[in-house]
Amino acid sequence: MIELDARRLLCPMPVIRTQDKIKTLSVGDILQVICTDPGVVHDIPAWSRINGHKVLDIKEQDDEIYITIEVGDD
Amino acid sequence: MSKQRKAVALISGGLDSLLAAQTIQQQGIHVEGINFFTGFCVEGHTHAIRKKDKDKPKRNNALWSAETLGIKLHIIDIIEEYKDVLLNPKHGYGANLNPCLDCKVFMVGKAKEWAVENGFDFIITGEVIGQRPMSQRRDTMPIIAEESGADDLLLRPLCAQNLPETKPEREGWVNRDLLHDFSGRTRKPQMALAEEFGFTDYAQPAGGCCFLTDKAYSVKLTDLWASRGNREYELDDIMLLKVGRHFRPKPNFKLIVSREEGENNFLKGYKKQFTTIKTISHKGPITLLDGTADKDDLILAAQIVARFSQGRDADKVEVEVADKNGVTQLLSVKPLLASEINEAWRV
Repeated sequence: MIELDARRLLCPMPVIRTQDKIKTLSVGDILQVICTDPGVVHDIPAWSRINGHKVLDIKEQDDEIYITIEVGDD
Repeated sequence: MSKQRKAVALISGGLDSLLAAQTIQQQGIHVEGINFFTGFCVEGHTHAIRKKDKDKPKRNNALWSAETLGIKLHIIDIIEEYKDVLLNPKHGYGANLNPCLDCKVFMVGKAKEWAVENGFDFIITGEVIGQRPMSQRRDTMPIIAEESGADDLLLRPLCAQNLPETKPEREGWVNRDLLHDFSGRTRKPQMALAEEFGFTDYAQPAGGCCFLTDKAYSVKLTDLWASRGNREYELDDIMLLKVGRHFRPKPNFKLIVSREEGENNFLKGYKKQFTTIKTISHKGPITLLDGTADKDDLILAAQIVARFSQGRDADKVEVEVADKNGVTQLLSVKPLLASEINEAWRV
């Protein structure tokens, strides 16, 4: 699993970092994005849906949000 | 079989860009969205920072628009490149520090570059003649097309019938008769078209998406530049202008005093970049000190911070001052009276 640290970034920066990271990955790769802005709970899944990627899991722990995404056929 | 034409739509998250994209999609054009992040976008930030807004929906309206339209959205970070637009606007500023015309020229130019790189045929925007005092006037709209380099590949579907034909119309990629002739500041035609398309849950009817159009924000940015003696800025600088109460008791330092728990948490993230002040004996706000402060300055700063704590009426309040390296000192101060907070200090 590939990890992306987007802590302390406010939306849309975590979305932009996710988008840019996914451009470097292959279909089927699993990316976990770690964030602190609660807005990502809505924004990263929305961005993933419209761009053909699948959010596998969203987990919140100690003010941090872990979003796991499977890279789709963009 | 004719070639599938493709358009890139500037999607702000507002109603006009949503309608423009849908208008072109209905003509069988493949549309994808592009959204630019300058650092000054209002979208989402204050909701993310302030706890009192936590119950409000935090959706990003550009993403919502794209999902409603069923199109891809490409969000582009232009923070660095945008500095030149803000600092050196060829066409000047609007009522505040908003370089609207230069901003539009820049964004359409970036969209044109993106279209060329990605094999798209033309660019669409939700602009309407007469809608905006600076960037959406009959005399400024041709400037955007020309200076951006988009020229006649820039199509404004909502007011196209009031403008000269563009290449997509001339070539028959889109039917001009099915485009619109909106003009002026009225929102009624947009509301009617939104109803026709079945859009009900759209964002603010018109604009208001940039902090640079806000007077209070522009005053804070001007103060930041004046205090530094230059107009350089980083993303953290402009983010912090959106947070807290700002006081400049002396030219050499400014205080950013949080207003509630969400801002407290946000400002805590800056403890390695700024001197941090907080009250120990009473509950109170986290405060950042931006600039340099001697011993007397720190006492004054602590008295101001104590004023905004629950110890405001106490004889003494214990205050902790921590520098960027985490080295702390304790001060015992008498909070300033409300009347001692000089209004001229407020930025």
